Amino acid sequence: MEKLIEQFSFGLFFWQLLLFVGLVLLLKKFAWKPILDAVEKREEGIKDALDSAEKAKLEMQNLQADNQKLLKEARAEREEMLKEARDIKNKMIDDAKGEAQAQANKMIEQATAAIESEKKAAMAELKSQVAGLSIEIAEKVVRGELSNKDKQEQLVESMLSEAKLN
Amino acid sequence: MQNIFSLKTICLLFFFVTSISFAQDSHQKMHIEEIAPEVEGKQGLKEEIKEYINHHLLDSHDFGLYSYVNDAGEHKHIGFPLPVILWDNGLQVFMSSKLHHGESVAEVNGNYYKLYHGKIYKTDAEGTINYDEHHHATNAKPLDFSITKNVFTIFLVGLLIFFMFGRMAKSYQKGAIPKGMGRLLEPIVLYIRDDIAIPNIGKKHYKRYMSFLLTVFFFIWIINLLGLTPLGVNVTNNIAVTLALALLTYLITTFTANKNYWGHIFWMPGVPWPMKIILAPIELLGTIIKPFSLLIRLYANITAGHIVLMSIIGLMFIFKNWLGSSLSFGLAFVLALLELLVAALQAYIFTMLSALYFGSAVEEHHHDDH
Repeated sequence: MEKLIEQFSFGLFFWQLLLFVGLVLLLKKFAWKPILDAVEKREEGIKDALDSAEKAKLEMQNLQADNQKLLKEARAEREEMLKEARDIKNKMIDDAKGEAQAQANKMIEQATAAIESEKKAAMAELKSQVAGLSIEIAEKVVRGELSNKDKQEQLVESMLSEAKLN
Repeated sequence: MQNIFSLKTICLLFFFVTSISFAQDSHQKMHIEEIAPEVEGKQGLKEEIKEYINHHLLDSHDFGLYSYVNDAGEHKHIGFPLPVILWDNGLQVFMSSKLHHGESVAEVNGNYYKLYHGKIYKTDAEGTINYDEHHHATNAKPLDFSITKNVFTIFLVGLLIFFMFGRMAKSYQKGAIPKGMGRLLEPIVLYIRDDIAIPNIGKKHYKRYMSFLLTVFFFIWIINLLGLTPLGVNVTNNIAVTLALALLTYLITTFTANKNYWGHIFWMPGVPWPMKIILAPIELLGTIIKPFSLLIRLYANITAGHIVLMSIIGLMFIFKNWLGSSLSFGLAFVLALLELLVAALQAYIFTMLSALYFGSAVEEHHHDDH
């Protein structure tokens, strides 16, 4: 300890203190401040760049999500349109079918009516012809019948008996 | 496996060295009568080495690179003189070449000065030094503000650091990424900021202390490294230098401390009041002991390193045989590598602890229970 105190040099202490404080102050102005500021600025820049990259990525994701949504909507719309078209088509077919059916029915009806009237006419004609034929036949029969007396009487009698039966 | 093997080898070598030196000792004892002059020469060499180491640990008034004794028996010193500045009834300035390494008396403005054991004493014209009973010189010592070897080195290192970091700062003007030396230095600067300053002091206050922490780290590191070069400068083993550094840490801690810090020293919260009275002087003493430990740690580590390293180098000259000397060389080499680590480690520890003390000075009040 004694040796230490003896070794202690005030001059060296003085110079060390002076030079070191001077060095700290000089370096502070000319080195540490610019260096630390530059490093800090650079770190800030890197941080900003990273942040903006992150932001861009997020934006990109949003955009993609939007796109996806749009695509989905478009697809849904297309689906809708297709469905509508199919419905219209079906309806048209149905309508056409109905109309055709109605037309056919009408035609059939008309045909039926025509057939009916033809039939009636044919019947009427047949009737009139049959009636004419019958009268003719009856005339001929009556003429034949009424050609002799016996037969006239016989007829009256049978007719009368018939009438009695009634 | 490799490690164990090399460890064994080293142990074995140590064993050899010690046995050889023992053999030499016993040899010497056996033939002490016959080879007395040689032993004396060896003792003289040991003394000389011890003297040399002691001399190396001291500051000096000239920048000596090496010295030798020429054929005529004269001491020749290779180096250059430095200015001596004394305060002795006015400023006395002269070059240290006038002192002739303590061999003659320097006469300046009618005053006579003589160098004795690294200190300048005022003497009479003949240069007589008076001693007390402990063989200490009793002559008057003028206040010595000389630009000694250490002051010169401090100045040089300051210039070097200023040049290095000035250039680094300039290189940032051209781009965000430093060029040249800055590439090497930037990670260290960032390490001090991110791993020493911010964790210990906190993000809010650390900027105030960065200048001191960075300067003290690089100053101690570079000056320690310079101490390992053959230039033989040895600054941080001077108690005056470490005292100046530790004093700055103490002053900065004291003058930037907040209320909370003083509160913890004089009126420790959370303990009963009689304890507070007992704790106050202990805490107050603690504020001084903390920087004091800084100054002793740096001083002792560097001094011990230099003494051990130089002693082992000195062993080479004592052994003077191929095995002992080469082993000493190997040991000195390994130790020099260790000293390289110590140079950085001491700078780190000094910076780290300073940051820790600053951190305690600006710590915010958190909770009462601690």
